[in-house]
Amino acid sequence: MFQVRLHGRGGQGVVTAAEMLSVAAFLEGYHAQAFPSFGSERMGAPVMAFCRIDDKEIRLREPVMHPDALIVQDPTLLHQVDLFAGLDSQGYLLINTTRSFADLGLGEYVSAFPPHHVCAVAASELAQRHVGRPLPNAALLGGFAAVTGRIKLDSVQAAIRQTFAGAVGEANAAAAAEAFHAIKTN
Amino acid sequence: MLKQIEGSHAIAEAIALCRPEVICAYPITPQTHIVETLSEIVRKGELVPCEYVNVESEFAALSVAIGASAAGARAYTATSSQGLLFMAEAVYNAAGLGLPIVMTIGNRAIGAPINIWNDHSDSMSMANSGWIQLHAESNQEAADLHIQAFKLAEQISVPIMVCVDGFVLTHAYERVDIPNQAQVDAFLPPFEPMQVLDPEDPVTIGAMVGPEAFMEVRYLAHHKQLQAIEAIPRIAEDFAVVFDRRSGGLIDSYRTEDAETIVVALGSVVGTIKDTVDELRDQGVKIGAVKIVSFRPFPLAQLRAALEGAARVVVVEKDLALGLGGIVASNVRMSLRGLQTAVYTIIAGLGGRSITKSALRGAFGRSHEDEIEDPHFLDLKWDMVDRELARWKETRRSGPIAENILRELGLVGNRVH
Amino acid sequence: MTQPVKFYQTGTFTVGNRLLDPEQRTVQATIERNNSLTSGHRACQGCGEALGARYAVDAALRAAQGRLLAVNATGCLEVFSTPYPESSWRLPWLHSLFGNAPAVATGIAAALRAKGRSDTRVLAQGGDGGTVDIGFGCLSGMFERNDDVLYICYDNEAYMNTGVQRSGRTPPTARTATTPALGEHPGETFGHGKNPALIAMAHGIPYVATATVAELHDLEAKVNKAMALHGARYLHIHVPCPLGWGSAPCDTIKVARLAVESGLFPLIEAEHGELTEVTKIRRRVPVEEYLRLQKRFAHLFREPRDEVSLAAIQAIADRNIARFGLREEAT
Repeated sequence: MFQVRLHGRGGQGVVTAAEMLSVAAFLEGYHAQAFPSFGSERMGAPVMAFCRIDDKEIRLREPVMHPDALIVQDPTLLHQVDLFAGLDSQGYLLINTTRSFADLGLGEYVSAFPPHHVCAVAASELAQRHVGRPLPNAALLGGFAAVTGRIKLDSVQAAIRQTFAGAVGEANAAAAAEAFHAIKTN
Repeated sequence: MLKQIEGSHAIAEAIALCRPEVICAYPITPQTHIVETLSEIVRKGELVPCEYVNVESEFAALSVAIGASAAGARAYTATSSQGLLFMAEAVYNAAGLGLPIVMTIGNRAIGAPINIWNDHSDSMSMANSGWIQLHAESNQEAADLHIQAFKLAEQISVPIMVCVDGFVLTHAYERVDIPNQAQVDAFLPPFEPMQVLDPEDPVTIGAMVGPEAFMEVRYLAHHKQLQAIEAIPRIAEDFAVVFDRRSGGLIDSYRTEDAETIVVALGSVVGTIKDTVDELRDQGVKIGAVKIVSFRPFPLAQLRAALEGAARVVVVEKDLALGLGGIVASNVRMSLRGLQTAVYTIIAGLGGRSITKSALRGAFGRSHEDEIEDPHFLDLKWDMVDRELARWKETRRSGPIAENILRELGLVGNRVH
Repeated sequence: MTQPVKFYQTGTFTVGNRLLDPEQRTVQATIERNNSLTSGHRACQGCGEALGARYAVDAALRAAQGRLLAVNATGCLEVFSTPYPESSWRLPWLHSLFGNAPAVATGIAAALRAKGRSDTRVLAQGGDGGTVDIGFGCLSGMFERNDDVLYICYDNEAYMNTGVQRSGRTPPTARTATTPALGEHPGETFGHGKNPALIAMAHGIPYVATATVAELHDLEAKVNKAMALHGARYLHIHVPCPLGWGSAPCDTIKVARLAVESGLFPLIEAEHGELTEVTKIRRRVPVEEYLRLQKRFAHLFREPRDEVSLAAIQAIADRNIARFGLREEAT
């Protein structure tokens, strides 16, 4: 089983990101489960969502305590919420930021990880360019596909198009592709 | 067709396939996505004929369903928590009148303190109303149970609550096989009422019954529940034939063949329990689990047969009879009358507190050694409780309990002075 | 020269039916009448509600050409009409709860729509308690959705079936078990109470009317008018209760007429929130003539008389007459 935990703030599409990830995995024939940790509907509050991927039925319902991959959609959470709980040094870490890990005060933390497991993705900027809104979720999923190799870019894009219709879907799919390729060529 | 879909959407699609003629809806978290999806389905003309009525309260919602069902229409509504309590009078009325309404309960805690997260206190509050209560372990089972419920309800003229854990299932995306219309039509015939308001053949429904007849009428309602114990497995069998998968039934056993300890539970926590059982089995612990699907009628004989080989039973439940202890555990103990089996109660997940594999592993391990207190409150923060109790000792006007506890968690500011 | 001839009833004798054109005669005069509330029910002697319900439901049933489904709230009518193991209803009839009759009727109407049964109509009925208090939320919802239901309220101004407790329709100074004639302000308090006909008008529904058992032709005519329309319709019928009001059973019609003639119970019709018809008062009477016949107001007349309250009640009547234009123009 591969477990992903996503962090962000209400309104940034964290829950949708987890759902799209589960759809992408489903399209590849996996079993997948996605769900948020909940609060009342409120923009700006810290939000967590979870996604599990497995090749057999997923029965576990607890929050993801030991993520294999962590996706952080909003770096302002870094020193407010215990984002890294349960992530061991073999896991994957993607953060939506234009800054370096060092600038974020995480230089030492990420040095324990294999270098290709951690990645800073300027997802909000990518989204702004492609979609016209700084919603980083699609781009981060493209980055996730590249960094972890757990799902294909095609599946991510198909899931994105299923969630967002027409031009918006295409734009998000393009953002995901750009993030994917940027990481692959590095 | 296999879909990766939100639980509430899967449930809505399953319900639409059952061809309800009247759907009445009042919003309450966490069932709202179900009725929202149904309103889209109806508006798009995908479910015809169907009248979708937006009502002014949950009490009205079930009342509209009562009228519709009495007029011979297949009726559906959904609610949770406070909403279920608000319609409590109508809940008993529908059961007493024998109207085959199907209602989804998106299980949610009842306040005060107000809480929108999952536990079973809502459906437990109506467990003795005469409604059949079925609990879903997964979203697949949730979809399937609704289809079975319409058939069962109409067969014996009893209303049915299908209980689906709020958020945990309703808001989870997972793989569900949504049947096609032909399959559902083959399984579920059109509604043939036992009683109906018909100008060609007028009847009076809902008359007063005095002491001379009430006991008999009540007994007959109980008898219908006992009939359901026979009917539920039959309908699950019919379902398996048409849809080619097992779903529902009264109970289901998991790795209990040589188990010394058997865990009993309802709903989605069973999934986590099965994973925990597997881990303990890998360590050589002889442990198994039994899932109860039908909480009402309570399958006393079937449960006894499933449990009587074990030395001890551990009931994990998301509810609490304040002043007594476990509700499910009390029911389970009844099925084990006369046996020496120890029954331990684990109260877990109240108000949506996560039930973790590691906490369960610890609790099951201690139960297996008969070293657990009864009832055991899983992951309860005893230090916070003790501090609040100390506050009560110290001063009469200790303040609202919920606020005090939340202040400890740093979620509420300091008192105004 | 022609002049309008007005027929009215005194006591329980119906006069004038045979002098009217056939289409103006009441349902009660025909052999084919259904007796939808048939004999054998357990209503009190002189019960205004039993009379009003028989007329109203028979008229509605004829207007629906025999295809009418009825929902009843808990209350006197429901209890006295269905004493186990008997029922006096000769049409399909459902009793669910006290507070949900409008919602249950909504459900029946929805079922009929889903089944394409546009020929079958829906009637909901309840007392004043079930209508303006406990059933108020459901009533407003039914109005707001404009569900195709005729709702009839039988208003005897208190919770009679449970032993005469006040409701939101209990008039000021009236004695009930929960507004006893004691203390500085005996009986129900001035300023309490609601006017459901005006509230129904505020919802803008197709038809609202008030009626009384003192004017049975008028009552039937209003039922017929309502049944010729679709959507949410509300009929509010004043029905004296000899037991609860402390009036003589033989005075039921008389008391009901005095309520109208004093101005305390205006007879009006409205469509989509606009007043369309009022019944002018033929012979105006002071409120005292009406109040004196009812023991629930007896404390106003004990020495020393409560002139202040009597004047205040008279002022209510005066306001109604002015507001609705109830006086005959001088000829």
